[in-house]
Amino acid sequence: MADMVNVFFFGKKYSVPADMTVMTAMEYAGYTLKRGCGCRHGFCGACATIYRIKGDNELKTCLACQKQVEDGMYVASIPFFPTDKRAYDINQIKPTQQIMMELYPEIYSCIGCNACTNACTQKLDVMHYIAYAQRGEFEKCAEESFDCVGCGCCSVRCPAGISHPMVGVLARRLTGKYLAPETLHLKDRVEQVNSGAFDELIEQVMQKPITEMKELYNNRDIEK
Amino acid sequence: MFTQTMLESIKKVESTRSARIGAVLERMSAKEKEELLKAYHPDHREDGFDTIKIGPNAGQKAPCELVKLLHSNSRILNENIDLSKIDYDVDVLVIGGGGAGASAAIEAHNAGADVMIVTKLRIGDANTMMAEGGIQAADKPNDSPVQHYIDAFGGGHFAARPELLRRLVMEAPDAIAWLNSLGVMFDKDENGDMVTTHGGGTSRKRMHACKDYSGAEIMRNLRDEVLNRKIPVVDFTSAVELIMDDKGQAAGAVLLNMETGDYLVARAKTVIIATGGAGRLHYQNFPTSNHYGATADGLVLGYRAGAPLLYQDTIQYHPTGVAYPSQLFGALVTEKVRSLGAMLVNVNGQAFMHPLETRDVAAAAIIRECSDRKLGVNTPLGSGVWLDTPMIEIIGGEGTIEKRIPAMLRMYMNYGIDMRKVPILVYPTLHYQNGGLEINGEGFTNTIPNLLVAGEAVGGIHGRNRLMGNSLLDIIVFGRNAGKKASAKAKEITLGKLSLSHLEKYAKELEEAGIATDCVSPMLLPDYTRHER
Repeated sequence: MADMVNVFFFGKKYSVPADMTVMTAMEYAGYTLKRGCGCRHGFCGACATIYRIKGDNELKTCLACQKQVEDGMYVASIPFFPTDKRAYDINQIKPTQQIMMELYPEIYSCIGCNACTNACTQKLDVMHYIAYAQRGEFEKCAEESFDCVGCGCCSVRCPAGISHPMVGVLARRLTGKYLAPETLHLKDRVEQVNSGAFDELIEQVMQKPITEMKELYNNRDIEK
Repeated sequence: MFTQTMLESIKKVESTRSARIGAVLERMSAKEKEELLKAYHPDHREDGFDTIKIGPNAGQKAPCELVKLLHSNSRILNENIDLSKIDYDVDVLVIGGGGAGASAAIEAHNAGADVMIVTKLRIGDANTMMAEGGIQAADKPNDSPVQHYIDAFGGGHFAARPELLRRLVMEAPDAIAWLNSLGVMFDKDENGDMVTTHGGGTSRKRMHACKDYSGAEIMRNLRDEVLNRKIPVVDFTSAVELIMDDKGQAAGAVLLNMETGDYLVARAKTVIIATGGAGRLHYQNFPTSNHYGATADGLVLGYRAGAPLLYQDTIQYHPTGVAYPSQLFGALVTEKVRSLGAMLVNVNGQAFMHPLETRDVAAAAIIRECSDRKLGVNTPLGSGVWLDTPMIEIIGGEGTIEKRIPAMLRMYMNYGIDMRKVPILVYPTLHYQNGGLEINGEGFTNTIPNLLVAGEAVGGIHGRNRLMGNSLLDIIVFGRNAGKKASAKAKEITLGKLSLSHLEKYAKELEEAGIATDCVSPMLLPDYTRHER
């Protein structure tokens, strides 16, 4: 028999194998998940979870799919949280400080409590990237927030009502579209394709018999 | 964290490491690869497959688990769905909220169509979000779409549909440019040149990446754009059957609210199936790198309406899924780990293959190492081989792992394993459905003129094996194409009387084939719930 631990899902006690994740332990306990379960591998942020260990007053956060159960864990999943995404036209806005003031003015109400950073399931410095956003330093904000999976645990804990993941998305889109240097070889290649530069060549390989294609493939040179 | 046996094996890996740095491993010959695949690739395990008895692909093989779904009854066969009560009425209905669905919706919206997305979970809960390594496009001066075509065609065992592969490679540079214009942050150097690497089976370094959050970064942008455009997204709602009309056209779908259990009717002039893959069917009991909803729903409802499948008997097992620790079992370890220099090494510390063979070959070689050769490392759930990640830091310099593959580092650090210092254990994981619904070069099914398919639900783009980075590419290229074509086609379509008679016809075929079943499909979600009694 595997080692078992006692966990409390929404306050109710279950005995579950100690090597499970919070997510698989819930399924072991008999839950059928609809909300609060997405990619199951730590990339989608669907399984934001808040927990406390019995005897400890600190509230902690995790992704249920990435966190191993602990004895005495009180677990509440947060399958939905009303973060606030503002709509904009990416082609009309400019990467200036002004745009953050317009779309997410509440970031300037940040009281510096750092609860967002403490709550981050990806261990990002959330408060820091919000500070970059306040100053219109979008590339830094983008870099610092890049690994965000949008679980929303930061927003749950924020006294200023900031929707941090949405601020990060905006900063990254501004960076990717406007601030990162343009890729000339990409621009050239798109033009070449559009001008029909490869039409004849591609037609030729499409028409080749399989034996010839095998020859071509097996003897192609491979860039070092 | 590691067991004693693992620790002893790690010592052997460490002792051979310096000799392996810079060593050139030979690639297998075509004949060696063929023999290896026949002997060890799961696609060649006969007991993993069954014969489809009814429908357009009757007589052909498919994985047993998929055949079971195709031989199941419709969920709504005995429901009285009132098709005169229309809940949603649109030009273009996109089924699926992943990368293909979102791209399709954006392009349809751009073309002025009234479009909506229906998705079983949330928009972005999709394999797209989990794609780590990158996206291919031949945009460097030493590369060309023709070279890309040859790599993909050969890597897919010369089985790709030329008209589909042509679209994939020719529209690849524009796909990257489009994503970049949305705001996707590709890895670039200070001049704006893309930082590109090899993937298994590529002859040019054309793998574009966004660290190892490539799919996530793409999906975040697409989702944000869908929301900015205020395209309706009906989430936690699955499509359970297509609705047809009396002219044999697709005319929408019957939807199921996943939470209330209520059925809804969506009418549409064109329908795009963008439902993704099937990893959660756990073919041959493999773990999977796929998201929770990857249950082949689109294949089932398309097939029931008469759309044929193509290459439904070929599945991709990603060579490097997590073998240990068990909490991460089956999770993807991006191929980029090998692109950056990590070798595959057995229990004795020997590198047993070139790390950048195609995925099917690499998976088969790992299975051979762990089975007949008995050179795998035992784990609580089976066995695995080492992926020698500390090599990356030696080759690329200290900090390379944190900079280029932060998600991998984080995933393992959660369990106390520092992949910069110790190698990691991997074993193949069910990753991708090479086959799917057959489409023509324009993205439409051949049998139903206003039904389109995009993304992983399509069969034939990649042939019988897919190269790394060609799936993120195909969801964008074929998703965009489907959105444009569906919106144009919607202008010509006049729908007739809505009907679900194809379900009765299918049920009759099942009966005539002697298949009596209590099972219903599509599956919608896998059943992982344990019940005490």
